[in-house]
Amino acid sequence: MKEVFELVGIVSYGTYIPRYRIKAEDIARIWGENADVIKGGLGVLEKSVPDLDEDTATISVEAAREAVRRAGINPKNIGAIFVGSESHPYAVKPTATIVGEALDVGNDFFAADLEFACKAGTAGIQNCMAMVEAGMIKYGLAIGSDTSQGAPGDPLEYSAAAGGAAFLVGNDGVIAEIEHTCSFTSDTPDFWRREGRPYPSHGGRFTGQPAYFRHVVSAAKMLMEETGLKPEDFNYAVFHQPNGKFPVRAARMLGFSKEQIEQGLVVRYVGNTYSGSSLLGFAAILDVAKPGDRILLVSFGSGAGSDAFSITVTDAIENLNRNPGVWDKISKKVYIDYGTYAKFRRKIRMR
Amino acid sequence: MLPRFWRKIRYRYDLIGTRCNTCGRNYYPPRNFCPVCRRRSSIEEVQLSGYGTVLSYSIVHDTPVGLKMEKPYVVALIQLDEGPIITSQLACEPEEVHDGMRVKAVFRKYGEDGEDGIIYYGTKFIPAEEA
Repeated sequence: MKEVFELVGIVSYGTYIPRYRIKAEDIARIWGENADVIKGGLGVLEKSVPDLDEDTATISVEAAREAVRRAGINPKNIGAIFVGSESHPYAVKPTATIVGEALDVGNDFFAADLEFACKAGTAGIQNCMAMVEAGMIKYGLAIGSDTSQGAPGDPLEYSAAAGGAAFLVGNDGVIAEIEHTCSFTSDTPDFWRREGRPYPSHGGRFTGQPAYFRHVVSAAKMLMEETGLKPEDFNYAVFHQPNGKFPVRAARMLGFSKEQIEQGLVVRYVGNTYSGSSLLGFAAILDVAKPGDRILLVSFGSGAGSDAFSITVTDAIENLNRNPGVWDKISKKVYIDYGTYAKFRRKIRMR
Repeated sequence: MLPRFWRKIRYRYDLIGTRCNTCGRNYYPPRNFCPVCRRRSSIEEVQLSGYGTVLSYSIVHDTPVGLKMEKPYVVALIQLDEGPIITSQLACEPEEVHDGMRVKAVFRKYGEDGEDGIIYYGTKFIPAEEA
């Protein structure tokens, strides 16, 4: 087994999910679809909706503040901030600068916004790992956060949700060691949004086999080959969750059981939070993980690529305040109807 | 407008106030002079906890142009745990708010200068039970 990283890992983490939800029934009713068919086909029952004054920057800040508060570290020791998202509030003006200011990190830090569809958050974790490993920074903050867009009437509307997760990466006080990571990347046009366009386009069924499954399965297999680990060596597994079906099928293809993925399968009740998706599931697992537990995390970003991680929980996790957990946040909700949703997501143009 | 907002970003994004070490009073927004101790003031920056209690509130139905989408919204007079009393938008349903309600600070959007302008962020409050 090739040890690429030693004692580098997650020091703390935080999450944020907006309080509003819309049910699949309410969306289906507007577009004349059969809600039961949608729910059965997508495996998403309801999704989170950001308030009018929430966006990727506010979600990132709230998740990051929770991570820093739980760790009890001085924010001035954060040497890098990477915010992964495909819904950065500005096309030009980094979200990472807003997060750095709101966290009072100071001015001495590396920062960039990352974009790789739904996997930019895990790409940020890899960047932070490398910088910690290289001795360039003490702590790095990697955030995956989105208020994802779906065109009215597009099947994406049933899943495109909002939320985010922030991970403090370092080599001091590690609660979950990242033993290994690898990525599988190719030029696959399954889902895209052209510059200046408000809503993304996708290749429908093309998003499945040649895109999601090829990359997720290949990255997971690559990681297991490089580490010599087998599915039964992991207590938990979490895959990117564009809907409730894909991650379940990917798990089955790789030989993982329902029990291994259940805790991290948050998509049914929050929808696809894009850059936050696999990371929210991973955070939900960390919420209950015990020292010694091993977790497989595999993200997927359209376009396309997957980042795979093998992570082992350390004794230090017992000392971290992990409340409120991801499932607590999922259960705290206020339902809205389609009209309110359309207003919140600015699908209604006002003069 | 741009530089004016930029200068205050540090204090709007986070509840960073000031404390007078002579009398122990906390101030938000920050002051560089204690109006009680005057010449004897000894001022330093202090990070406030972000927790507070609603003293009074209004439900705003007649809004400024930029907040039309958000109406009706709640504006509350909030006493922070460290003492200062501030006015802030309270992001909750109008029927949720009540005097004595515990609230906590969150990071939200204040507004934006149209579709081409900058986005203003800052501190608002939410019910503390929620978080």
